[in-house]
Amino acid sequence: MNPDQINESLNLILPNVQMPGRYTGGEFNQISKNWASIRLKVALAFPEIYDLAMSNLGLTILYDLINNVPHYAAERVFLPWVDMEQALRDHHIPLYSLENKQPLVNFDILAVSLPYESLYTNFLNLLDLAQLPVHSADRNADHPLVIAGGQAVFNPEPMAPFVDVFIIGEGEEVILEVLEMLDILKKGFQSRDQILIKLSSITGVYIPSLYTPIYNSDGTLSKYEKTNPAAPDVILKRIVGKLPPPPVRPIVPYIDTVHNRAPLEIMRGCTRGCRFCHAGIITRPVRERSVDEILSAMKQLIPNTGYSEIGLLSLSSSDYTQILPLVEQINQEFAGKNIAISLPSLRIESVSVDLMDGLAGKRRSGFTLAPEAATEKLRRIINKPISDQQLFDTAREIFQRGWHTIKLYFMIGHPSEDLDDVEAIANLAHQVLAIGKETIGNRAQVNISVGTFVPKAHTPFQWVKTDSILEIEEKLDLLQKKIRGRGLKLNWNDPRGTHFEAWLSRGDRRLAKVIHLAWKKGAKFEAWNEHFKYQHWLEAFEETGLDPEFYSSRQRELHEIFPWDHINSGVKKSFLLQDYQWSLEGKTRPDCRGECFACGILPAYNDLRHQYSGELWLCPKVSQ
Amino acid sequence: MKKQRFRLFFSKTEQMRFTGHLDLILTWERTFRRADLPLAYSQGFSPRPILTLAAPLPLGFTSVAEIGDFWLSEIISKDILLSRLQASTPPGILVQDGFEIEDLHSFKLPSLVTAAEYTVTLQSPIDGLNKSCSNLLLKDTLPRVRKKKSYDLRPLILTLEPVNSSVLKMTLGIFPHATGRPDEVLAELEIPPHQTAISRTKLILKENGGS
Repeated sequence: MNPDQINESLNLILPNVQMPGRYTGGEFNQISKNWASIRLKVALAFPEIYDLAMSNLGLTILYDLINNVPHYAAERVFLPWVDMEQALRDHHIPLYSLENKQPLVNFDILAVSLPYESLYTNFLNLLDLAQLPVHSADRNADHPLVIAGGQAVFNPEPMAPFVDVFIIGEGEEVILEVLEMLDILKKGFQSRDQILIKLSSITGVYIPSLYTPIYNSDGTLSKYEKTNPAAPDVILKRIVGKLPPPPVRPIVPYIDTVHNRAPLEIMRGCTRGCRFCHAGIITRPVRERSVDEILSAMKQLIPNTGYSEIGLLSLSSSDYTQILPLVEQINQEFAGKNIAISLPSLRIESVSVDLMDGLAGKRRSGFTLAPEAATEKLRRIINKPISDQQLFDTAREIFQRGWHTIKLYFMIGHPSEDLDDVEAIANLAHQVLAIGKETIGNRAQVNISVGTFVPKAHTPFQWVKTDSILEIEEKLDLLQKKIRGRGLKLNWNDPRGTHFEAWLSRGDRRLAKVIHLAWKKGAKFEAWNEHFKYQHWLEAFEETGLDPEFYSSRQRELHEIFPWDHINSGVKKSFLLQDYQWSLEGKTRPDCRGECFACGILPAYNDLRHQYSGELWLCPKVSQ
Repeated sequence: MKKQRFRLFFSKTEQMRFTGHLDLILTWERTFRRADLPLAYSQGFSPRPILTLAAPLPLGFTSVAEIGDFWLSEIISKDILLSRLQASTPPGILVQDGFEIEDLHSFKLPSLVTAAEYTVTLQSPIDGLNKSCSNLLLKDTLPRVRKKKSYDLRPLILTLEPVNSSVLKMTLGIFPHATGRPDEVLAELEIPPHQTAISRTKLILKENGGS
């Protein structure tokens, strides 16, 4: 089908689907180039529905960067909701880009963002709806080259057979290098295999087909055998030395999306070292944007988009060095203009309350605190050492300043957790509520969200097992019994969803068969409770002869070779192991901005560090 | 603080025909902010911009005849307002004209609307369109069910006439408790709505017009 035929068919089907505004494109700030004049066409895919995809910052950044190059075009492709999927399949309409309504087969590159595991089957579905073979081996030079990036691909193995090229780490520079190389190679009529070999020389690029995994008899990985000697042994994640200027002309959707706001990243990375945290390892080192750059971007974002809210994004707002001056200057600049500022991930301390209270256009919907664990013992194990008293003082301050609702975020299933630690969550919730009642009476509300810990690759907890479903259920039962009554509300996740995430996040390449089979059985939209089909997954494991517990519920040996060991996050495995051992001893590791613990980042990026010396990186000075 | 009130006339075109009423209001709020035109906001914990649109346009239709009232917190000349808006609207909105309304308080715009005129363009011409229209108008009642509610469509049809064998014009009432929808009329004529393009061509207001 060509774009005209696609448009014509859309006219027929769009009036009969839910929220057709998801499928039309044409929004304010959309970039739609003259197709015939473009040398290299990139479909930027996010395998979820429009409402979620349009809130993804990575996509916004890449869209901006690629379209800044005159002879490149980036166009968006998202997954249709189930009714639209059916309509597309019934009318044999291939999945198309929102800008020029081009079928994906007309693109040179399909670049997909995979920030979390529950998008894996969605991605297979996206390829299928685009009428492309899902397996890399079944595609050829007539098909777009399939590139995947995002946080989840720090363990690329479960998706390896479906993807031609992985990009490990931050995409800003490397995507342009990859495109430039493809632009040159395209003219030389190189075979796809030759192109892949050449691409593997770029730092941060991982070509899975150049590596064959060999397994031990116990099912663990023995090693990778390279199919071409030119392939690198280890793939170092890519980072940018300095954060490039933020996008200031993001697309403004016509319809409601999950975050109706302009995103603005103020800092990347986090030095807190919470041991469960995947992002905290893979986004090192910490790099900040200057207050001036942030303010200047805000002054452009508002007239460019018309948004009434700007989300200042980072992993830990409180740790942005200039947070107080920033908020002060924002208030001076935007007071009285009905602009709201959101500041996520604040630390549990009274300064955070000052910050939120001081923000212009504040919305008193609720104040979120994330103690993660309810006992001081457990918080030492996960390296988030705050005292109960600190939490109570902060809670009192929040109620005093006019908030009625506090949201508390906890995880269960931490290593060495017992039922007393879980019961402590209920006790803490009751204590915070009591503080609220003392302060503001019966209006006080405490909402408790309980997630279940899933050990992630590249973290100090990559060796530990996930709680069994029975263990999780026992803990959740206890919480449901103990957390009830006026002013308390408990939310929790389906333990089966937790296990699904656990299989995939530390999976090996054999799991690709399970993913493919589960998708064939109808698995998709795993992040949507009503669509999650646990049974499909169990059957897929059964039919492939793999044991799901091997991936989720197995305590790894300290010397085990992991399927993701050839992917280097810049943080050394020996550092992660030491940190794991410290956790077993209840030993905490302070914020590394004060003292360097030699995680490996500085030697791995020594050149970059020297190129951008000074205040940009928050790593302390170390004598070499 | 409400300082000034403008009534704007605008088109909603192809690019925005699938943007619903509430999202259209949000689009207007953003358009004013991009144009650096200060809308007046309500007081309270979650301040809302003060604006009202005459009549919701059903999803999927275009219009050349939309009307909205907008309140500003600062005094702006009409010419500046119109030129800034024209530079800031998204692809799906075209501002045609506007005028200032002296009275800041009276007349809620939606309650002034009595009827709307629609032009329906058929994908392929239909023989005997004239006859089926006049037959429909001969009926005393047209009982229909929409969203599980029964109602009579007939009193809502004020005019219905084919321009030729593939274009149909109709005027449908917008009453306090019932609104005529062109797709409902098409259903009575046994014309599948998805094989047509429907455009609102006029909104009819009460005599005094609010000005």
